[in-house]
Amino acid sequence: MSSAGEPLIALHGITKTYGQGEAAFQALQGVDLTIDAGEFVAVMGPSGSGKSTAMNLLGCLDTPSAGEYLFRGIHVERLDRNQRALLRRNCLGFVFQGFNLLARTSARENVELPLLYRGEAAAERHRAAGAALAKVGLEGWEHHTPAELSGGQQQRVAIARAIVTSPLVLLADEPTGNLDSKRSHEIMELLAALNREQGITVIMVTHEPDMAAYARRIVHFVDGLVAQDGATEAGACC
Amino acid sequence: MLLNALLLALREIRRNLMRSFLTVLGIVIGVAAVITMVTLGNGATRMVSEQIASLGSNLLMMRPGQRLGPGRDSAGAPNFKLADVDAVAQQINGLQAVAPVVGSAVTLVAGARNWSSTVSGTTNAYLIAGNWKLATGRAFSDDEEVAGKAVCIIGNTVRKELFGSQSPLGNAIRVKTFDCEVIGVLAAKGQGAMGMDQDDTVLLPLRTAQRRLTGNLDVSTLMISLRDGIDSTQAMAQIRSLMRERRKLADNAEDNFNLMDTRQIAETLSGTIGTMTALLGAVAAVSLLVGGIGIMNIMLVSVTERTREIGIRLAIGALENEVLLQFLIEAVVLSALGGLLGITLAFFACLGLSGVMSMPFLFNPSINMTAFLFSAAIGVVFGYVPARRAARLDPIEALRHE
Ligand SMILES: Nc1ncnc2c1ncn2[C@@H]1O[C@H](COP(=O)(O)OP(=O)(O)OP(=O)(O)O)[C@@H](O)[C@H]1O
Ligand SMILES: [Mg+2]
Repeated sequence: MSSAGEPLIALHGITKTYGQGEAAFQALQGVDLTIDAGEFVAVMGPSGSGKSTAMNLLGCLDTPSAGEYLFRGIHVERLDRNQRALLRRNCLGFVFQGFNLLARTSARENVELPLLYRGEAAAERHRAAGAALAKVGLEGWEHHTPAELSGGQQQRVAIARAIVTSPLVLLADEPTGNLDSKRSHEIMELLAALNREQGITVIMVTHEPDMAAYARRIVHFVDGLVAQDGATEAGACC
Repeated sequence: MLLNALLLALREIRRNLMRSFLTVLGIVIGVAAVITMVTLGNGATRMVSEQIASLGSNLLMMRPGQRLGPGRDSAGAPNFKLADVDAVAQQINGLQAVAPVVGSAVTLVAGARNWSSTVSGTTNAYLIAGNWKLATGRAFSDDEEVAGKAVCIIGNTVRKELFGSQSPLGNAIRVKTFDCEVIGVLAAKGQGAMGMDQDDTVLLPLRTAQRRLTGNLDVSTLMISLRDGIDSTQAMAQIRSLMRERRKLADNAEDNFNLMDTRQIAETLSGTIGTMTALLGAVAAVSLLVGGIGIMNIMLVSVTERTREIGIRLAIGALENEVLLQFLIEAVVLSALGGLLGITLAFFACLGLSGVMSMPFLFNPSINMTAFLFSAAIGVVFGYVPARRAARLDPIEALRHE
């Protein structure tokens, strides 16, 4: 299905309008963007510029109002609900701006959940969840529920949940928004390593230039459009 | 997929014990209330209809005086004579038995024990009219009836109180001033329609009672039983006109006797109990409804949280159907659990209460089924419908739900 040289992700003229009639608001006004497999992209831009909206569309959590979204050549906007769910299940990992962990559910069970829907056996789920939690530095915290974890720890559980399936693409909406700078750098190292070593394509929203510097490409959103798109120093040097 | 959904559902129930408990509680209370009410009502109705059956075929009672009940004015109304009894027996068609009765409350003594009871002077016709069987012994002989011998037939309660486990036959009971020999024991009937003990009775030959207790030849009550298939209204009309004639009542005078159909009274009573049962059932149905509303409430209150949960599940790759199956199983498990607990609770409540009220315990499968299905339906519908709505949203919509 994906031919050589075809981008992993291609957006053509994507728009997203919230509300209707008088109250309608166009959060994305025709976004064109291509991302190749193995890229590490930082998405930046002022608040309200449509970064989260774009990420949700990329993550198949939402449907665009118009435009084309090609994922490995497949027209995502033409898929039905179940096909999009399967795409999320098999190819995508999503880290939300606000964690979105299941309440009263241990870190391990939260991380195991995507594997459960994939139909993995219990032993494999257990092992993979343990490994993912270890990767984000949460060994020993497996049995804590979100309420018993700090914001940063919850964010790391959310990252573990997103990477436990070794997705093709990891989408992270401000993954370091709630972390101190030491932890933020650790998370960035982690994402960079996943990108470098496992070839996972990482697309990440951030407000901090420090964090964006880990990426090899920065896409700037302004008022629902891609205003600037270019390689970073990390990208340029290699 | 089913296994996964089951696992997830059970996890979710365990994780939200309070919510699960409240849901189950609503169902338990609703189911238990309805089943208990209806079962007890059925028991009461059955009890009354058994009593009606124990009355035998249609039994009429005729007493002097104008109306039934306390405070009736019998002062001016003469008692019946033996000739009245014969006249009724001979001139009215379709009668099975006509028993003259004179009654009196006395204290009975046998050996060291004594017991207060009602003594009735009557004939063997009483046994037929009242549908009595003899447990042991025999009925009065002709000789005993004609001569007014000092013999008696006792009810089961009197036997128990005076003789305990001993055989009463051939023993003597002191009735007021004279001793009489026990020749028979009536088979137990249990409580009467009005709650009195029908077995608390002693029968003497009519003559014996007239001579030794009342001191006159009057008859205070006529028990008249009709043959099967005889219309009681018609028979009553005939008896009434015969008695008016015999008592020489002017056309415009009121009856100075009253004739009532005991079966009618019992049937009225059982009808009343039926109404009561329906009423209790209605009250219980309301409680089932309230329980149902409680369940809805809990389910709806948790919708926000659950909608977000559904959003999360969808976002990480669950299919709509997987999420729905999980929620359906959750709802079914909770509702079924609640229903079964409710049925169990109702079973023991009914067992205990019908024991206390000395009524038969009738297990009623259909009401158990109905109550169970109704509450289960509420549980399932209100657990499932909001979930279905949420599972149809885009994941991001569900996640944003407030
Ligand atoms: N569900 C919604 N309904 C209506 N408007 C929305 C909705 N979601 C986002 N918007 C609007 O769309 C615009 C883009 O929102 P978005 O969340 O994509 O911004 P963002 O770039 O992620 O901002 P931030 O950096 O603050 O997270 C904003 O003006 C916002 O008000
Ligand atoms: Mg945002």
